[in-house]
Amino acid sequence: MATQRTHIMVCGGTGCVSSGSLDMVDSFKAKLTEKGYQDEITVIKTGCFGFCGQGPIIKIHPDNVFYVQVGLNDIDEIIDEHIIKGRTVSRLLYKEPETHRPLPKHEDMSFYKKQYRIALRNCGLINPEDINEYIAFGGYEALGMALTEYTPEKVIDIVKASGLRGRGGGGFSTGLKWEYTRKPASDQKYVICNADEGDPGAFMDRSILEGDPHSVIEAMTIAGYAIGASVGVVYIRAEYPLAIKRLEVALDQAREFGLLGKNIFESGFSFDIIIKLGAGAFVCGEETALIHSVEGSRGEPTKKPPFPSIEGYHKKPTSVNNVETLANIPPIITKGAEWFHAIGTEKSKGTKVFALAGKINNVGLVEVPMGTTLREIIYDIGGGIIGGKAFKAVQTGGPSGGVITTADLDTPIDYESLRAIGSMMGSGGMIVMDEDDCMVNIAKFYLDFTQDESCGKCTPCRLGTKRMFEMLEKITEGKGTMEDIEKLRSLGHAIKDSALCGLGQTAPNPVLSTLDYFYDEYLAHIVDKKCPAGACKALAKYKIDPVKCIGCSACARVCPVSCIDGKPKGKYVINEDECISCGACFTACRFDAVIKP
Amino acid sequence: MSEVFEFDKATEKLKLLDAFIETQPTKEEAVISVLHKAQSLFGYLPPDLQLYVARKLDVPAAKVYGVVSFYSFFSEEKRGDFTINICMGTACFVKGIDKVMSEFSNQLGIKNKETTADGLFTLNDVRCIGACGLAPVVMINDKVYGHVKAEDVGQIIMDCKEQKGV
Repeated sequence: MATQRTHIMVCGGTGCVSSGSLDMVDSFKAKLTEKGYQDEITVIKTGCFGFCGQGPIIKIHPDNVFYVQVGLNDIDEIIDEHIIKGRTVSRLLYKEPETHRPLPKHEDMSFYKKQYRIALRNCGLINPEDINEYIAFGGYEALGMALTEYTPEKVIDIVKASGLRGRGGGGFSTGLKWEYTRKPASDQKYVICNADEGDPGAFMDRSILEGDPHSVIEAMTIAGYAIGASVGVVYIRAEYPLAIKRLEVALDQAREFGLLGKNIFESGFSFDIIIKLGAGAFVCGEETALIHSVEGSRGEPTKKPPFPSIEGYHKKPTSVNNVETLANIPPIITKGAEWFHAIGTEKSKGTKVFALAGKINNVGLVEVPMGTTLREIIYDIGGGIIGGKAFKAVQTGGPSGGVITTADLDTPIDYESLRAIGSMMGSGGMIVMDEDDCMVNIAKFYLDFTQDESCGKCTPCRLGTKRMFEMLEKITEGKGTMEDIEKLRSLGHAIKDSALCGLGQTAPNPVLSTLDYFYDEYLAHIVDKKCPAGACKALAKYKIDPVKCIGCSACARVCPVSCIDGKPKGKYVINEDECISCGACFTACRFDAVIKP
Repeated sequence: MSEVFEFDKATEKLKLLDAFIETQPTKEEAVISVLHKAQSLFGYLPPDLQLYVARKLDVPAAKVYGVVSFYSFFSEEKRGDFTINICMGTACFVKGIDKVMSEFSNQLGIKNKETTADGLFTLNDVRCIGACGLAPVVMINDKVYGHVKAEDVGQIIMDCKEQKGV
């Protein structure tokens, strides 16, 4: 085999693929062959680097140079300058927004500095479609250790001692879940990986499956050994075609290498994994609903207990674990429980991956130790708010969570602290909002989502979320009353107390939390009939563009409530407090200066 | 029989579907997987096709219909050549996807979930497709368009029409 002097790593995550990164892989290969470098330079398609807002991303090893926003047209220059002449193409380097200094190395960027990657350890580092690369980075070592050196009880003890808790949102101890599933005697047990990432705005599970599918396969096999299961099921969203494909490739390779199948590592333990596709239902993230969906039925939840650890898939003991939770397992086995236990806060150990999106400069996936503050995530890693606008709130936990305001930016993030301020960890979606976002509108958005996704089995959720949505709709249209606020509160609490599953029990959270923190905005909509952020269309007022206004006074003359002030040949201004949104000025203006709301 | 079965290639497609059903370890549990396969072959799941699946799998047709109507991924309506999937995830929402949606709706003259008279375009809102770094996002068939602004809509529609040679 020829010695390869350089590796060109091209991001093959969904974000970068959408921007044409796969064409770039082909183009690199073709051009390198054309120039005769195909034997000494390899082009590798990797998983997500995490810095999705700057994609497509290309990293060159061993020089450790990180190029951002690369296009097909830049490939010639990268080959001619960087690969052949050894000169960095500085125009493609990432520039820190504050200093404008180009940074060639990712570890110097503030986006990566505070991150600590455990679950995402291999994403962007290896080719996810090559099992050899995973093995070269210590892959399947944990499985080997577990099967040959430890008893199943010992594996459970390690996971329990590590303090790992479910990353799908619940935060239940993973080791305990395994222990509860191991205890009941049964001829068959199951491990299910929950990859039905339904939280709108979260994409960490997708990135892990796309970038490092073997870590999930390895962890599921370890889980199978620990609880005594021989079958694993990955339940994945049909909307993630790339992740499904890479998982299928990885499963085939693992079988070929004898890492799945009969008598793994000559230990007498057999395990295999099948893939089941979801079909677009948020409620299937709930474990009992998920199990019904795997069984080919409507994904409606059932009452717990019995918990799946006693009676799950095919009525057999089943452990349902989230993708990110599983991705933490192999390093916990190889590095030990103490290592993992030392990271994080008192009750929340390890790291958490967050999908940072919304009005933030550095959109992407970030993995930070538990206990990092929101301020560090939003300002240090996220680079602050787009266009220097004012931060208003961040929503964590998606449709089940709540908003966090400036006052709580310095709260160290863990399961308990987020709950204490009225939100929750959830799966890790983090949507940043600025001064232009109306919080009543955001609450309406989430309730629209939950009332649509409610499976309809229990009345509080089926009817309650619908009524809450209708009241919010009324308020954003300027037809709300003070009574609606009281109704929203009491209905919200009633749904929380009486809904059957987690979807319903948490559905009112976005409303209750915005009512707590942004009560003034609700008042403005109801009493003043105004949307302070200017987002609610029905409440928006007409405006005059000062650049286009020539001061003809046509608008002022037709205004029925005389709310347009100005002098002829000067600039006219609409007094928004008095405007009745009749539109007469809009029709009268011949210079397109009146802006329709 | 509905138009699905009148289609020239129907027998061929049904053969593929039958072959897929054969590979399923258990019949009742296969409902969702088989419907995925059927939708990928035929494009949508009209009542006759649901009945066909039910009979093949030996489950009540009501169960198959129950599954089809429960999951948003399954469609009972025929779709256009281009399904314009508008991402309604939170990241796209705060970045102004509603303006993009109404622009598509205006230019195509159809509402959400409707198909144009020429059978070319279907407008469809979808849940987060997980490309939040590119918000607001529109996915047309398998191609993802990122950072879409209302001004880009005309060009995107033109591109699709060009592909079809219209």
